[in-house]
Amino acid sequence: MSNIPENLSYTKEHEWLSAADGVATVGITSFAAESLGDIVFVQLPEVGDNITAGEPCGEIESTKSVSELYAPVTGEVVEINEAAADAPEVINSDPYEQGWLFRVRTESMPELLDAQEYSKVVEEGE
Amino acid sequence: MTTQSPLHEVHTELGASFTDFAGWSMPVRYSSELAEHRAVRETAGQFDLSHMAEIEVTGPEAGRALNYAMVGNIAGIKVGRARYTMLCHETGGVLDDLVVYRPGEERFMVVANAGNAAVAVTELTDRARGFDAVVTDRSAETALIAVQGPRAVGILRGLLDSVELEGGLDALKYYAATPAVLGGHELLLARTGYTGEDGFELFCPAGEAPAVWRLVAEAGEPDGLLPAGLACRDTLRLEAGMPLYGNELTVRLTPFEANLGRLVKFDKSGDFVGRTALEKHGEPEQVLVGLRGTGRRAPRHGYRVLDGEQEVGEVTSGALSPTLGHPVAMAYLPPRLSEPGTGLSVDIRGRLEPVEVVALPFYKRAK
Repeated sequence: MSNIPENLSYTKEHEWLSAADGVATVGITSFAAESLGDIVFVQLPEVGDNITAGEPCGEIESTKSVSELYAPVTGEVVEINEAAADAPEVINSDPYEQGWLFRVRTESMPELLDAQEYSKVVEEGE
Repeated sequence: MTTQSPLHEVHTELGASFTDFAGWSMPVRYSSELAEHRAVRETAGQFDLSHMAEIEVTGPEAGRALNYAMVGNIAGIKVGRARYTMLCHETGGVLDDLVVYRPGEERFMVVANAGNAAVAVTELTDRARGFDAVVTDRSAETALIAVQGPRAVGILRGLLDSVELEGGLDALKYYAATPAVLGGHELLLARTGYTGEDGFELFCPAGEAPAVWRLVAEAGEPDGLLPAGLACRDTLRLEAGMPLYGNELTVRLTPFEANLGRLVKFDKSGDFVGRTALEKHGEPEQVLVGLRGTGRRAPRHGYRVLDGEQEVGEVTSGALSPTLGHPVAMAYLPPRLSEPGTGLSVDIRGRLEPVEVVALPFYKRAK
């Protein structure tokens, strides 16, 4: 069973968000990381990029597959996790803490799933 | 409807993730495919390959029937040895690449890819007509467990009750097979594999596979043996430059394009299916080459290869090599661009990344 922290918000595309003071931290869920297998490369948006909710803003590559990373919110990227870009295995081992991907300043939060709603999405996907 | 391996419960206990592969539900990884890949290169890995097809061909003319059915000289295989060969269409296109074992004078076992099992059974049955030979599909009753890696020989040496071969396990040559007994279970033990490492494949009755698997797993634990899934099997075989049916081999290509023309034995006696087309086959217009990339973005199956602005070929398989640390790929290219050192690029999702043609295999184990 995947780990789905209660205090985060989620998208159907398996990203998680933690929002505070208008800046959201974004990562992918442990379910997504497990499904992909060992992640060997991530391409993240750059600081200063404006990203749009629901549109691709990067790539996640595992040994076998390539997946698009979707922007969960609209806003300006203010920080990226260089450590995760350099050593993507941290996204598998610690997706909710050290494996975060980027931070985005956003004016408004879209409607997101809570942990319970997201766990239903995961159950359907399993 | 997917078929489960006779080892399904064992895999579930081990926490495997499963994938559908040619109608079979097979383990894709147990924990980390990179850890499993490393284990095979450095210690040993244990694979379930029960989805592969085992087709027995017996009878006084079994060898002659197989000589007609395939491009290799199967009748010339010595008892106890194995050979890599191909089943071709009349057009010369490859229907499957297979390994043929000869456990007895009048007994052969053909191991076909899971995805081509039905084609192989049908074609072998058809092509054996008129010969004094019987083709029997033994796939459902046969399990296949592979133990691959530098420590495989040590793990199995301590575990076998007996080996029907003078000199025991160590005397078993690469591409040879012998009857053996492991923990009371009779099996056919072969020194073959698909990882680029020394290793063994154990054919046993499906019902006994869980017991055999557990004995091997327990014996190998102190040596670092890990259960290994299909994900790492693919990166292992790619590093070893081994073709995969559906990627490097298809019915649209002959063995010559894949640099496997040596498998076609025109000098064997008698006709064989595909002979006429293969004899007429001129210089291939495209050949299989290795590509080496930089960075971490890997060329993948289906990506375009470019010479300057011109599209010149297509990637058949590619990955970031876990052993070498750089991207590796195989691709079909015109012969003029197949020389090692040739600089090309691959369109990796809209971005051209430089690659260099290199000799295959990418990885070769130290002997």
